[in-house]
Amino acid sequence: MSVELREIHKTFGPVHANDGISLRLEDGRIYGILGENGAGKSTLMKILSGFYLADAGQIVIDGRVTHYDTPLGAIRAGIGMLQQDPLDVAPFSVLENFVYGYPGGALPDWSAARARFRELDERFSFGLNPDAYVEQLTIGQRQQLEILRLIALGVRVLILDEPTTGISAEQKEVLFNALKRLAHQDGLTVLFVSHKLEDVLDLCDAAAVLRQGKLIGTVDLPVTTGQLVAMMFGQELSPAARVDAPLGQVVLETRRLTLVGPRVTVQNLDFQLRAGEVVGLAGLDGSGQELLMRACVGLLRPQGGQIIIKGTPCEGLPYRAFLAQNVGFGAAGRLEEGLVSGLTLMEHFALTDPTQGGWIDWERARRLTEERIRHYNIYGRPDSPVETLSGGNQQRVLMALMPDHPCLLVLEHPTRGLDVESARWIWEQLLARRQEGTAILFTSADLEEIVTYSDRILVFYAGQVTEVPDSRTTTVDELGHLIGGHRLERETHA
Amino acid sequence: MDELANVLGSIVSNATPLVIASIGETITERVGVVNLSLDGSIALAAMVGFVTAYASGSAVLGILAGMIAAMLIALLIAVANIRLKQDQVAVGFVLTLLAADLAQFLGQGYTRVPGPTVPTVRIPVLADLPLLGQMLFNHNLLVYLSFFLIFGMWFLMYRTRYGLELRAVGERPATAFARGANVSRVRYLYTAVGGLLIGLAGASYALAIKPGWANPPVMRGDGWIALAIVIFGGWHPFRVAFGAYLFTGLRALASVIQQSTDLPLVLVNAVPWVLMILTLLMVSSGTVERLLRVTPKRLQGALRNVLRSKPPAALGAQFERE
Amino acid sequence: MNAPGPFALRRFMGVALALGAVIVSLLLTALVILAVGASPGEVFQKVWEGIGFLPQGGLDAGRFAGVVNFWIPLALVSTGLLITFTAGLWNIGVEGQMMFGAVFASWIAREVMLPGPLLVTVELIAAAFGGALWAALVGLLKTRGGVHEIFGGVALNNLANIFAIYLISAPWQPPEGGSAHSTPPFRSEALLVPMEGFPVSLAALALVVVGFLVVAIALRGTRWGLELKAIGKSDRSALLLGVATHRNAVLALAACGALAGLAGGFRVLFTYASLRPLVSGGIGFLGLLVVLLTGTRAVWVPPVSFFFAAILAGSTRLKIALQLDQSLAGVVQGILVLLVILSNGVRGRLRSVAVPPARSAGASPAPQPSAEEVAHG
Repeated sequence: MSVELREIHKTFGPVHANDGISLRLEDGRIYGILGENGAGKSTLMKILSGFYLADAGQIVIDGRVTHYDTPLGAIRAGIGMLQQDPLDVAPFSVLENFVYGYPGGALPDWSAARARFRELDERFSFGLNPDAYVEQLTIGQRQQLEILRLIALGVRVLILDEPTTGISAEQKEVLFNALKRLAHQDGLTVLFVSHKLEDVLDLCDAAAVLRQGKLIGTVDLPVTTGQLVAMMFGQELSPAARVDAPLGQVVLETRRLTLVGPRVTVQNLDFQLRAGEVVGLAGLDGSGQELLMRACVGLLRPQGGQIIIKGTPCEGLPYRAFLAQNVGFGAAGRLEEGLVSGLTLMEHFALTDPTQGGWIDWERARRLTEERIRHYNIYGRPDSPVETLSGGNQQRVLMALMPDHPCLLVLEHPTRGLDVESARWIWEQLLARRQEGTAILFTSADLEEIVTYSDRILVFYAGQVTEVPDSRTTTVDELGHLIGGHRLERETHA
Repeated sequence: MDELANVLGSIVSNATPLVIASIGETITERVGVVNLSLDGSIALAAMVGFVTAYASGSAVLGILAGMIAAMLIALLIAVANIRLKQDQVAVGFVLTLLAADLAQFLGQGYTRVPGPTVPTVRIPVLADLPLLGQMLFNHNLLVYLSFFLIFGMWFLMYRTRYGLELRAVGERPATAFARGANVSRVRYLYTAVGGLLIGLAGASYALAIKPGWANPPVMRGDGWIALAIVIFGGWHPFRVAFGAYLFTGLRALASVIQQSTDLPLVLVNAVPWVLMILTLLMVSSGTVERLLRVTPKRLQGALRNVLRSKPPAALGAQFERE
Repeated sequence: MNAPGPFALRRFMGVALALGAVIVSLLLTALVILAVGASPGEVFQKVWEGIGFLPQGGLDAGRFAGVVNFWIPLALVSTGLLITFTAGLWNIGVEGQMMFGAVFASWIAREVMLPGPLLVTVELIAAAFGGALWAALVGLLKTRGGVHEIFGGVALNNLANIFAIYLISAPWQPPEGGSAHSTPPFRSEALLVPMEGFPVSLAALALVVVGFLVVAIALRGTRWGLELKAIGKSDRSALLLGVATHRNAVLALAACGALAGLAGGFRVLFTYASLRPLVSGGIGFLGLLVVLLTGTRAVWVPPVSFFFAAILAGSTRLKIALQLDQSLAGVVQGILVLLVILSNGVRGRLRSVAVPPARSAGASPAPQPSAEEVAHG
């Protein structure tokens, strides 16, 4: 089945997400759709898979112009997409999820579905249990389920959106094998959307590069990394310069810390973090790193052990007590857990300014807001409601709201969903704080980010915590294996 | 033994409107809509049902009229929320007051007037069973209907394709949309179904369980109890029904205790509300979830759905197609 | 929500829609009246008279005072509900808070011996305290127990009324036997004193005005008001920004409860001069309707509550004059608020800009058990 996109246009307000993109795809090949966050790849794929409607342009399948405006219509045309957060239903069993959406009568044929599931599962060696519940699965397993489901529905074009974020190296290998099989043996067209060059070079037969809404070009692989980088960014990128910061006192210490979460338990963790240090927590989702992060700011009560901030035991104290110790917390969900949608920038700053008393001095709040807007280069006005700002600007606001010289910053996914420029700016700020003596504890699903910025790396797997020996020289690949539970044998050079 | 059977039988009978209303609200909340007008809707349906039955002489017509009245109110909430994007809780609250006032005003000529009732049918053979016979098989037709409803709702939700769709709409509408569901239409449909059942509950008060219409209506307050029972029941038909029977049973127990001791009558009236608070406390303290973790692994799979206490994730949320 | 078009046009649309809603609700009410076989014209006339308008023009002082005496507790309650509404809380328990305030005031009136004005002051303080206490209980059930304030409120409403009924029918019965509908009347020193020629309590009026000003200013200008606003928009984010969400929620409820308690105290110390079951008279729920109409725009609370009080006062005539149930007042008030809410939605659709749904804390009354949350401070 050949698929062609002709002159696809899509705008969201002032943003021209897809600007006249034309792309021809042949079956039996794996295409990498490359581009930075914000380049327009997700939008294009959502149009192709029926989630968005293009403003202009055509989709041509096997030579015929095809119209559909829902995901179901796309599936009927043979095109299916696996989203970054797979669209499944958490309380359903794997089998129920597999069956839901499959055409049929009022009463599903459960045994036939079970047989079909087993057949497909064995074919790709995924090893899924049809009677497990989706809320018990890891992201990698949920991806596998969705792939099986789409194959069962007979899609001929399979789109995967950033599938390698948050999965272990083993899961990646299984996934890549399955995709190669689907394309090269079964003749499907596979579209692998990613911003990760190594993955694309590893897996794909060809790559299409998007930048700022336009298609820059398509190349057959292999080519050099440099060539792809040039197409993605328009110039060579120099890696961020790593400067060592002086290490100071121990700022955060845990002793025999035990944390109990819904799926996993972290037991007897002993850990120290010094001023000027950056420690990255790596692991599959649900492995326990989120528990440690939240416990270190008082949002999760430990079941045992101690949390000591600057020498003061703080376990069991509420979040506000941790704030009082000059700890800053950045949650993953900017609007859900950090910014108050509906309040203006000025109101946010008035709320968090410790020098404001019982009566709000609005003049002072305004001046403070304007100063922060200038300093952090925020594209917004004091009277702008915070939800009207772009994601990158919201992250800047969050940074601006944090204490000026925190002793400890705990950050969940600090650059998730941000374009490369905003992400770099965030890390510039964080490293600057680090120079001043702030200790930084962060987690990210992007192993690249962890490897690049961490002085030390802790790997979480099923609640077990191990420190990566010599974190400065670890690679993304090695880390990928570690979060999947493998112990690596490191060669030591004499 | 006979005495016990009679008592149990009357509990089953008295609990029936609560069972029906709770099951109706369960399916409404399962697709993500809260029908806060329950209490007022029940009163209005009771009044409409009674007046229609009285005027027409037919209990069946009365029941149908009551069902339609409650369904219209439920649809009003759905439209206000889905199409007009207004807050479900606000609209539901206004409607609970309005419906109750309408019922009181429009029904003012029909208080203390006898009307037709739904006949009682004694099922031969089965009704002769010891204990169970009197408890389950000697009731008016609406009670038998409620038995079917409990089972039918479970079957719909957990064994059919429609059930998969409706549960998906309430948990993750984005997924339902991706699988081809018209999320709004599903919400309208099952809110209407819930409304019909709420109306049936109201009508069954006035035409079977506590026949007649009074001012203020006797069942005032049961709608709120039903809302709490849905939460207690973890949005699962079996557990919800169990909650309704348990609640009514405890109420009867309190009554018995009060009559045989010297405690003042008013305390009995307090029991349902204290129970409501206690059950909600229990649910949010995670007691039931802990029960799930304690059960043996093999049973966990089968019981997982019944012991779940998390609300449908998309309850109250709007769904926007991107 | 910035609609295109000049500001003046938007203002006009707003007023036009409000007037339209009033007219349509009157029409629908007329239909309801016809349905019971009565004459809408007669009904409206009786209500008009009940408010105090005389056929020859001018006001009947006595009847108009009736309006004011409904307005006083309604305005107090609505002012209190502004606080909880700002914090995103559905304080349905406001009826019970009125009852508890009434009970506390009644207790003082019965048991405490003090000279007149001092006694009244103590009674009012007790009333505010009682209401605040009952409201704080709703708050604690929510913050410590995870029980949504709607359920806590409904349950506590009923429990408060049951408690009042118990007091009236047992311990507070006079030895010679009395009525289950009311305690014996309180002695005159315990009551609020009406003015000469216009049966309204000046003290109560002053309370309303002062209360309203204090609350309106507090919500706008204090840090606490800003914190409540943040909690109302997103309590999770507010928590993470350092706001003491749980403590503030309980305080907001207590503050509202205090005002509701005062309203309840007014009802037993002036309107009825005794304690009766359901002495709150549905005024608590009516206050919720008022606040649904005004949103957080405090300035509209006095006039809107006056309008509703007029309807309430006018409809008291209906039972005597036309043998019609007073619930008609609730019907017209409910239809009006419903139409306004629906027209908000229609207006949003016409603008074809997605209107964010009016926020209610936690979006659903279902509990959100979160095993991980520690004390919110």
